[in-house]
Amino acid sequence: MLDFMDKIPLAEWTESATSWIQDTFAFLFEPIKDHFGNFMDFVSGDLLPGIPPILFILIVAVIAFFVSGKKLGLAVFSIIGLWFVYNQGLWDALMSTVTLVILASLLSVIIGVPVGILMAKSKIANSILTPVLDFMQTMPAFVYLIPAVAFFGIGMVPGVFASLIFATPPTVRFTNLGIRQVSNDLIEASDSFGATGSQKLFKVELPMAKGTIMAGINQTVMLALSMVVIASMIGAPGLGSQVLSSLQRASVGTGFVAGIGIVILAIIIDRITQNMNKAKR
Amino acid sequence: MAVVEAKNLSKIFGKNIGQSIKMLDQGMTKEEILKKTGNTVGVNRASFSVEEGEIFVIMGLSGSGKSTLVRLVNRLIDPSEGSILIDGKELATLDKKALRQVRREKLGMVFQQFALFPHRTILQNAGFGLEVQGVDKAEREKRAEESLKLVGLGDYMHQKPGQLSGGMQQRVGLARALANDPKVLLMDEAFSALDPLIRKEMQDELIDLQSTMKKTIIFITHDLDEALRLGDRIALMKDGVIVQIGTPEEILMNPANDYVEKFVEDVDRSKILTASHIMKRPETINIDKHGPRAALERMRKEGISSILVVDEKRRLQGYVTADDASEARKKEVSDIKKILKTDILKVAPDTPMQEIFSMIYDTPIPIAVVGDDNRLNGIIVRGAVLAALANDGEVNMDA
Repeated sequence: MLDFMDKIPLAEWTESATSWIQDTFAFLFEPIKDHFGNFMDFVSGDLLPGIPPILFILIVAVIAFFVSGKKLGLAVFSIIGLWFVYNQGLWDALMSTVTLVILASLLSVIIGVPVGILMAKSKIANSILTPVLDFMQTMPAFVYLIPAVAFFGIGMVPGVFASLIFATPPTVRFTNLGIRQVSNDLIEASDSFGATGSQKLFKVELPMAKGTIMAGINQTVMLALSMVVIASMIGAPGLGSQVLSSLQRASVGTGFVAGIGIVILAIIIDRITQNMNKAKR
Repeated sequence: MAVVEAKNLSKIFGKNIGQSIKMLDQGMTKEEILKKTGNTVGVNRASFSVEEGEIFVIMGLSGSGKSTLVRLVNRLIDPSEGSILIDGKELATLDKKALRQVRREKLGMVFQQFALFPHRTILQNAGFGLEVQGVDKAEREKRAEESLKLVGLGDYMHQKPGQLSGGMQQRVGLARALANDPKVLLMDEAFSALDPLIRKEMQDELIDLQSTMKKTIIFITHDLDEALRLGDRIALMKDGVIVQIGTPEEILMNPANDYVEKFVEDVDRSKILTASHIMKRPETINIDKHGPRAALERMRKEGISSILVVDEKRRLQGYVTADDASEARKKEVSDIKKILKTDILKVAPDTPMQEIFSMIYDTPIPIAVVGDDNRLNGIIVRGAVLAALANDGEVNMDA
């Protein structure tokens, strides 16, 4: 009854589409892989480890102190937490993870905010991109690793690529929402004084939507962090790969320690980005 | 020339607007069109013109289309049909850039919910219009500051709107609109969100400001008292249609239809009517020509017990009573000046009836209405006051 036609070759189509993209855009992917890869290796291998851990810890603590409204809690937590990671010999792994998270988040924001603005301004873009975003977020994150490897090989670059797809939607959605939430009164007011579209955007809509957009960015950063372990499967170095290798060797202890390291990093990043939002409002 | 002129202006919300426009032209009502097409008629063929320096009030209940109409004037809403002229220039067909230019140069708007930018200081709010025009910072701040001082907010320039009370926020709204020095000020229920005392204060202030600024103001309100206080002319709207346009007196005295009549029914007429509305043509005698005998004759003929005395230029001199006149005639006194009494109450033609109301009970004789130079315009008798208050009195509208 249900076998009225042969199996739809969606898997084959996808594969041929991917290899077509891979071949056609190789001229694009190769330089990205090389230059971006080198850049990331430099950041995670030389730049960040070049900073003495004690200095790095202090910088983070000072930032935490000021964004949390000169309260000591987060600063103290940062110092103890980061020292613990150092103490466990995970400092280099931490630096790799920080690089991956920061770069992935940064790219997500650079891409996500303009796309969010586009969705807020254009009904057509909104109706096309909404299902795309749903798709991006609900597809299991592991699936992104496959084309990522196809395009960029293994290592940190495909990790960033996969994180990007997974982590961008919240920034887009929240930017869209934030701009749409600006009250009609204010839009009318700026129109009535003869503001141009971009004046309205930069002087009224974005400042008014800032809180919401920051909440989206916070989500994006947390999702990028959650991709760290997954990305380690395609060779992205960092705390994630520690967890992965512990899993392969069934060594509960090291796995737990690396996991704690991720948790510490997550808490510090989350609280700092959240407080930046509050401080600015 | 009219500064703002609307001709046959309509706005229909919905789809397939052309068909609904035709229905409007056939004279179908808002309800009928809603039933047949599902479209909402916002404004139905409104025509009016606003002269320079005039406060033109558009009044109606909520849903009457008044807010839509004012947004058609600066094209925050695009009209479905008709034309809107600002300074004789058609606005409805302008492209975006030209429209922005007109908005920047000629139109300022004040909103019901203030619509201040919460992330900007008061000074930055007031300077917003200048900022989008690209006026440089020093000049912009100077003019914004002047504008804020004009509305009495010079001391709050560096606060954020959230720190101010409603009345003060609306002053900022007004200052923001004035900073551009627009020719036309659109005020959409500008004082409706304020509590009654503050509202009255703001109305007084607007009247004060207007006496020096001489802007052309289109003021939207649902409050008839406010309309009557502020308006040089009032347009009454119902279901998107302008039902009547006229001066406050015309609207009160000659309501165009039942709707207007119902609207004005509740107004306290004693606040609106003035001495000139209820005065009557007085019986007088001339101080140089007439004697007590003539005075008595006139009083008997008219059935009154006292008569006013004027000179040849109709300047009020006083009055004589019937009793004094007949006494004088008996004593053969021929000079009216000997029995002339001068303790007469005088009021100016624009004295509100509310004041006259309390005076009239203290005096047995009519109150004289005198203009400049003590010239007699008319008299007010007790009966006329009561009649006017009772809503059916004969009122002298030509005065």
